[in-house]
Amino acid sequence: MLFKPVQLHIPDGFLSTPVSIVGWVLLVAAVAYALRQTRGQLGDKQIPLMGVLAAFIFAAQAINFPVAGGTSGHLLGGALAAIIMGPWAAVLIMTSVIAIQALIFQDGGLLVMGWNILNMGVLTAFTGYFVYALMRRLLGEGRNSLLAAGAVGAWLSVMVGAIATAIQLAVSGTSPLGIALPAMAGVHALIGLGEAIITVGALAFIYATRRDLLGIGEAAPGKASAGWVGVGLAIALVVAAFSFAASPDPDGLERVAEDTGFLERALDPVYNLFPDYTLPFISDPLISGILAVVLGTLIVFGATFLIARVQGRKAETS
Amino acid sequence: MMHIDLADHYRRGSSRLHTLDPRVKVLATLLFIFVATILPPGAWLSYALLFGATLAAAWGSRLGVTYALRRSFVALPFALAAITLPFTVRGEPLTQIAGLTVSVEGALRFVSVMVKSWVSVQAAILMAVTTAFPDLLWALRELRVPRPLVSIISFMYRYLFVLADESLRLQRARAARSAEGADPRRSGGGLVWRGQVAGGMVGNLALRAFERSERIYNAMLARGFQGELKTLASPVMTDTDRYALAGWVTFLAMTALIGFVFA
Repeated sequence: MLFKPVQLHIPDGFLSTPVSIVGWVLLVAAVAYALRQTRGQLGDKQIPLMGVLAAFIFAAQAINFPVAGGTSGHLLGGALAAIIMGPWAAVLIMTSVIAIQALIFQDGGLLVMGWNILNMGVLTAFTGYFVYALMRRLLGEGRNSLLAAGAVGAWLSVMVGAIATAIQLAVSGTSPLGIALPAMAGVHALIGLGEAIITVGALAFIYATRRDLLGIGEAAPGKASAGWVGVGLAIALVVAAFSFAASPDPDGLERVAEDTGFLERALDPVYNLFPDYTLPFISDPLISGILAVVLGTLIVFGATFLIARVQGRKAETS
Repeated sequence: MMHIDLADHYRRGSSRLHTLDPRVKVLATLLFIFVATILPPGAWLSYALLFGATLAAAWGSRLGVTYALRRSFVALPFALAAITLPFTVRGEPLTQIAGLTVSVEGALRFVSVMVKSWVSVQAAILMAVTTAFPDLLWALRELRVPRPLVSIISFMYRYLFVLADESLRLQRARAARSAEGADPRRSGGGLVWRGQVAGGMVGNLALRAFERSERIYNAMLARGFQGELKTLASPVMTDTDRYALAGWVTFLAMTALIGFVFA
C-alpha cells in the first residue's frame, strides 16, 4: 500500500525476447561505464554514498501528495538524482533502486529489467541532466533558473521514459504504437507534472539549506560524454525499434510506419549496413535478426562512446 | 525501530527450495522466465507445464502449493498495456464488444501475454521468498555482476529500512501539521502547495541521506575500510544442486520444444 509501483515497471512477458536481450546489452554497457566514471568522481566514497542515496530514492518514491480523484503525485527520481549527483552516479542509484524493486517486491520483471532500468533510470537521468545543464547555461545562476531548469528536466525525463516504454511495447507486438504512444505520453504528461513539482520542491529546499551540494552534480564528470551518450542512447533506441519493424509481424510500429510512409526512408542507411536485417552467414532468420539488432545497437553505442572519449580528451587538453 | 512492513518477503525455512544453492535458484528463475517469454502465443501445453512447475516448486518450498499463486497478481494492472491486442490484431472475428471486433488471433495473443507474465511473476516470487537477500546478492556477485554494483545494492538494502522509516516519520509529521481531515481533498492547501510540501520533504530526506552517508563513510574508515568490501565464506555447490539445475534445464528445454512443435 505504502510502496506502490510506478506505472512504468514492465512485468515479464510483455516484451519479446529479442527486445529484452537488447535492453540487457545496453544496460551492461551503461552500468560498466557508470561504475568507472563514479569511481573517478567519488573514490572510496562511491559505495556508501551511492548505496545510501539509492535507499533515499526508494524511500522518496513513497512520499506522495493527493491529487484529485484518489490519485496521487509521486516521484520517480531519476532526474533529481542526476541533478544532485551527476548523470553517471544517477544511473547507478536508479539501477540499484529498480533492481531491488524487481528482486524483492516483483515490481517489474527480471528478463525485462534491462529496459526497466534504461527507461526509468538511464533515460530519465540523462534527459533530466541534459535539459537541466542546458537550461542552466541559458538562464544563468540563481534560484529561479535552478527551479525552472529542474522542472523542465524532471517533466521531460518522465515523458522520455514513457515514450521509450511505449516504443518497446510496440516493437514487441504487445500494443500498437498508434495507441501505446499517445496513451503513455498523455498519462505521463500529467504524472510528469507531479514529478516536476516534487523535484522543484526538493531543489528549493536543498538550495535554501545546503547550496554547496548542488555543486556536486554540476562538477560531476562526463558532462560532454553525458550529452553524447544521451544522444547515442536515443539513436540506439530508434535503431532497435526500427529493426523489428522489418519483421513479418504486420502489427504496431510497422503499420504506423506504412501509413505514414517514412519506413523506407528511415531504414535506408540501416539496410545498407545489414541487408534485410539478417546476417548472411547464419541461416536461421530469427537468430540472425537478433544478432543483427544487437550488433547494430552495439555499433551505434560504440561509435557514440568513441566520440565522447575524443570530445573528453579535447576538453581536457584545451 | 521498524515501523513498516516493507520487509523482505523472505520466509525462513529449511525446505529443499530454501537450501538450494542461491546461484542455482537465480539461474533457474532467469531460465524459466526466458523460456516463458520465448514461447509462441497459444502454446497452451507448455504454459500448463510451466504453471505446473511453479506449483511443484511452491510445494517443494513447504510454504503451500498456492503460496506464489495468491501473491502473483501484482503485475495485473499492467494488463492495460496489452488490452488493445484483441481489437487491433487482424484476423478471424470472434465477437463484438462495444462495436469493436475482437479477433481470434488478437484474443489469443492477449491471453498468452497475460499467462506468460503471470507464471513469470510466480517464479520470481518463489525465488524471493526462499532466498535471503544477502544470499541473493552473493549469488549475483558469483554470477559476474560487477562487485561495486553488488556492494552498492547491499548497502542500499542495509539502509532501505532506515530511510523508509525516516520517510514515514516525515509523512506523519506532515499529517499532523497540515490538518488532514476526513476528506483528503479538502485539507492541506492547494494542489501546487501540497506538491511543494512533498518536494520539501524529499529534499529534506535527501539531506539526511547525504549526511548519513558521510557518517557511515567515516565509520567505515575508522574500521579499516580500504575501498573493498570483504565477504564471509560462501556456500559450496553440492551434487544435489548440480543435478537439480540439470534436471530443471532439461525440463525447460523440453517445455520449449513442446511449445514450438505443438503450437
